[in-house]
Amino acid sequence: MNAFRAILGKDLRVELRTLQSVPAMALFSVTTFVIFRYGLDRTTLSGSLAAGVLLATVLFAAILAINRLFVAEHDEGGFDAIRLAPVDGSALLAAKATALVVYLVVLEAIAVPVFGTFFLDDWAGLAPLAGVLVLVDAGLAATGVLVSSIAANSRARDLLVPLLLLPLLVPMLIAAANAAEPMLSAGGPSYAGTGKWLAILALYDVVFLLVGYAVYDFLLED
Amino acid sequence: MAESAAMQREAAPAAESPSPPALAIDGLWREFGDRAVLGDVTLELQSGGSLAVLGPNGSGKTTLLRILATLLRPSGGQVSVLGCRLPREAWRARGRIGYLGHEPLLYRDLTCAENLRFQARLYGLAGDGGKRIGSLLDQVGMSQRANEMVRNLSAGMAQRVAVCRAVLHDPELLLLDEPRSHLDPEAAALVEPLLGTAPGRTRVVVTHDVETGLAEANLVLALGAGGAVAYAGPANGLSAGDARAIYGGRP
Repeated sequence: MNAFRAILGKDLRVELRTLQSVPAMALFSVTTFVIFRYGLDRTTLSGSLAAGVLLATVLFAAILAINRLFVAEHDEGGFDAIRLAPVDGSALLAAKATALVVYLVVLEAIAVPVFGTFFLDDWAGLAPLAGVLVLVDAGLAATGVLVSSIAANSRARDLLVPLLLLPLLVPMLIAAANAAEPMLSAGGPSYAGTGKWLAILALYDVVFLLVGYAVYDFLLED
Repeated sequence: MAESAAMQREAAPAAESPSPPALAIDGLWREFGDRAVLGDVTLELQSGGSLAVLGPNGSGKTTLLRILATLLRPSGGQVSVLGCRLPREAWRARGRIGYLGHEPLLYRDLTCAENLRFQARLYGLAGDGGKRIGSLLDQVGMSQRANEMVRNLSAGMAQRVAVCRAVLHDPELLLLDEPRSHLDPEAAALVEPLLGTAPGRTRVVVTHDVETGLAEANLVLALGAGGAVAYAGPANGLSAGDARAIYGGRP
């Protein structure tokens, strides 16, 4: 637990000090919404289109942070420093995943109201949408940490992360979009059929968290 | 020199000691892809001993040190560090080793004190190592810069903080890769009490400073084109001239 807190605290402190990830993610999201607004030539969105625009934007914004997640560990010797200590690899996995969740929550606190302003007549669906976003964040964190740690040692990191990550995220995006669609429907939020998709989302998160826990020590080996 | 080398290689493990050796290496080799970088290293170093590793660039010195630090897996052979077989029992050795490599292993966007506090938490030191961190920074002359970002430090100053990082948890085994690099003579003297020979301190030192390396070592490992040869120390016949020959006659 000490190591988890140390690594998480270090990551959040560095992010607060350097603002390398979250501002870029927020700016990317707002810009994407502007592009969708004029690209689709629509002032309101609802249902599957609204869910798709919001979730795809969050997903692509997350890739910016996932790309950078292990940069300091790779470039400044953090991997070695942590592997020299009596620390279980899962502490690094958990700390990085938690840091990514924190970044995503901050991003969503900015991006969702902007999305509502740009595209929604009725904001009532945004409150229940928080549940979907929490599960999406957990899934992004579980898969993102795995892929980012694999790509960290590659010079083609910026290419590898989306190349490996996006196919893995397709099932999660399908489940999340289907769960969010009735919440953002034109006639106000409904919850018909969301339970099944939320369960699939939760299962996706659990599977990737377990996979990460099982293989992470091997990923850290040189 | 070859005959002397073979004789000394046999002599090296002959010293008997009741405690298990700090290092026991038998036929260790490592390759990256098809390229062998370290071949057939065999030696034994007792607790409290000092091993100097000599050899030209690319002879595998850093690779050897990284294997002993549990950062690299050996390709073959047997390696035991502090009684732990590598790589299987690496987790038992971690935390008992202090490693000072070419990179300082410090985060550039944290201050010196924050970096050391981070390390102290990883090692579970009481009170996040507060007193020890202050004392170490003071010993290496960096207490005035404790709250300065590492990115603003010169290479020599970062090296001094890296020395503090390596010894923060009072390790049983010190693995030092050219520990005096970037340091001016004054700074080298400051870190000497932390890294130099001392009773009960087991050290493996990679160095190009042949005279100092020989003077400090109980055991010398020469890595080069001819393979790896362990000598039982300068007192048993390895002269500075012999050692220079390891570098092909270069000083």
